[in-house]
Amino acid sequence: MNSNRKKLIVNPLSKDNPITVQVLGICSCLAVTAQLKPAVVMAISVTVVIALSNLIISLLRNTIPPRIRIIVQLVVVSALVILVNQILMAFVYDVSKQLSVYVGLIITNCIVMGRLEAFAMTNKPFDSLLDGVGNGLGYGIILVILGFVRELFGSGSLWGYPIFEKLGLYNIGYENNGFIIMAPMALILVGIIIWIQRSRNEA
Amino acid sequence: MFIRDFFDKLKPDFSKGGRFEKLSSTFEAFESFAFTPNTVTGGGKRAFKGSHIRDAVDLKRTIITVVVALMPALLFGMWNIGHQTSMAYSLEWGFWQEFWNGFLRMLPIIVVSYVVGLTIEFLFAEIRHEEVSEGFIGTGLIIAMIVPVTIPLWQLAIAVAFAVVIGKEVFGGSGYNFLNPALVARAFLFFSYPSHMSGDSVWVAAPFRYAGDAVTGATPLGQLMASQPLSASALDMFIGTIPGSTCETSVVAILLGAILLLVTGIASWRIMLSVVIGGGLMGLLFNAIGANEYMQLPFYYHYLMGGFAFGCVFMATDPVTAAQTNSGKWIYGFLIGAFAVLLRVLNPAYPEGMMLAILLMNCFAPLIDHCVVARNIKKRQKRWERRIM
Repeated sequence: MNSNRKKLIVNPLSKDNPITVQVLGICSCLAVTAQLKPAVVMAISVTVVIALSNLIISLLRNTIPPRIRIIVQLVVVSALVILVNQILMAFVYDVSKQLSVYVGLIITNCIVMGRLEAFAMTNKPFDSLLDGVGNGLGYGIILVILGFVRELFGSGSLWGYPIFEKLGLYNIGYENNGFIIMAPMALILVGIIIWIQRSRNEA
Repeated sequence: MFIRDFFDKLKPDFSKGGRFEKLSSTFEAFESFAFTPNTVTGGGKRAFKGSHIRDAVDLKRTIITVVVALMPALLFGMWNIGHQTSMAYSLEWGFWQEFWNGFLRMLPIIVVSYVVGLTIEFLFAEIRHEEVSEGFIGTGLIIAMIVPVTIPLWQLAIAVAFAVVIGKEVFGGSGYNFLNPALVARAFLFFSYPSHMSGDSVWVAAPFRYAGDAVTGATPLGQLMASQPLSASALDMFIGTIPGSTCETSVVAILLGAILLLVTGIASWRIMLSVVIGGGLMGLLFNAIGANEYMQLPFYYHYLMGGFAFGCVFMATDPVTAAQTNSGKWIYGFLIGAFAVLLRVLNPAYPEGMMLAILLMNCFAPLIDHCVVARNIKKRQKRWERRIM
């Protein structure tokens, strides 16, 4: 894999992260990260949708008439999202229940449309696939960090396992932070991640 | 003088190129704490750049005046903490015993608030190579005065750290924050650990080394929320011998502070007056509707209960976060008072509306100012056009 292709995967993880740098997809990242498990499932779903839709649109890019390209993109994305939704319902029904409308709302996730417009319409299929995977992972990384912090300090557990209770923290007076479960605190956490990232990238 | 010599001797080490150059902000802070700085407004590295009025009233003096104004409420609060304990557990303590007990309760809260907050302030000042701002001297004390006396200290420490970092330093430090940091700390506690911030078991501290069942004491607002009859008379609430947050129960003591702030011109009388008017009119409106007992409560009760007086005098008037224009101050204050009473009476989730009302209007203060200024420009333009015609 040459260095240009490697960049397609690596750049969106930090330097060109869809959430913290491009500030896209904030809504779902606040909504589904109260616990780690839904956050991970959401990250995987979005990665699959971005990667596959990027690939499909890139294959079709020379046959799509420019005037109706948004409709075509939407049809492809919706078809994929419905597929993902059905798979989630079939295999991880409880998580699918928790994510509720947010799986369907992947269609409106700005990252998906943004990558289709900015990259897949003008690049070769394999590059587009890599770009989709990279951006999906970049989105996923932030979701997993948020889900980890919020579930750990908000509910005292990880992946549903009551870790703080087993450590005996509640016996010495520790309490879960109710604020961190709420959406405003998720936004503040995203802000803190952006802060750390920018000051690190500047230096 | 000994201390002067001491600082002069150390100064070269902390100046540029000296051994402890990295700690220059810390040195500067202690020197300015011990002596009047020989610079006036406009001399700061960044804080007051661009100011055209060179006045000896600097931030340090402003904050010290606020701290002095807080003293009556603080001293009364200490006594009241002991008094409430003594009453609730029928201990029949004397005056000084009550005060001493309250002092011992209050001291750790103040120390934690100051140590955590100032440590973070010093850290940020050193990282940014700025002077340490005096702003936290006031904020730290106010935070300690608006929490329940039984607050676990580690929770307080987290809240103070959150307020200083997210409420203030991310925006650039004292003078750049748009939310009142003390209220950010309280709001953080309120939403993070609701069981320690409301209810009727948090307002009265148990005596030291007490092992029996805790006695509960509800605040007037808590009783109203639960549709119970008020146990305190209006006079009790005015003097402040009721359960409540550590130092905000006594309207008398707060009024003493208010007089000092108004005489020295540090707090805006427009804001204070308009908060009172706003709360009063809202109370009267509810009286006119009178749908339930809470609405029929005489409007002046709202001034006496909870944090209305404290918020009105010490927090709504915070010059950094309040509206800056004169007509803006009237709107800002009026809406704070109105929203505070509205939240109290109509919202079943929050017994006290003052904190949220002030934070909400803090967010809107810049917008209010913008509208006032824009309207003024338009008015003058019209006047000018008329003259030209």
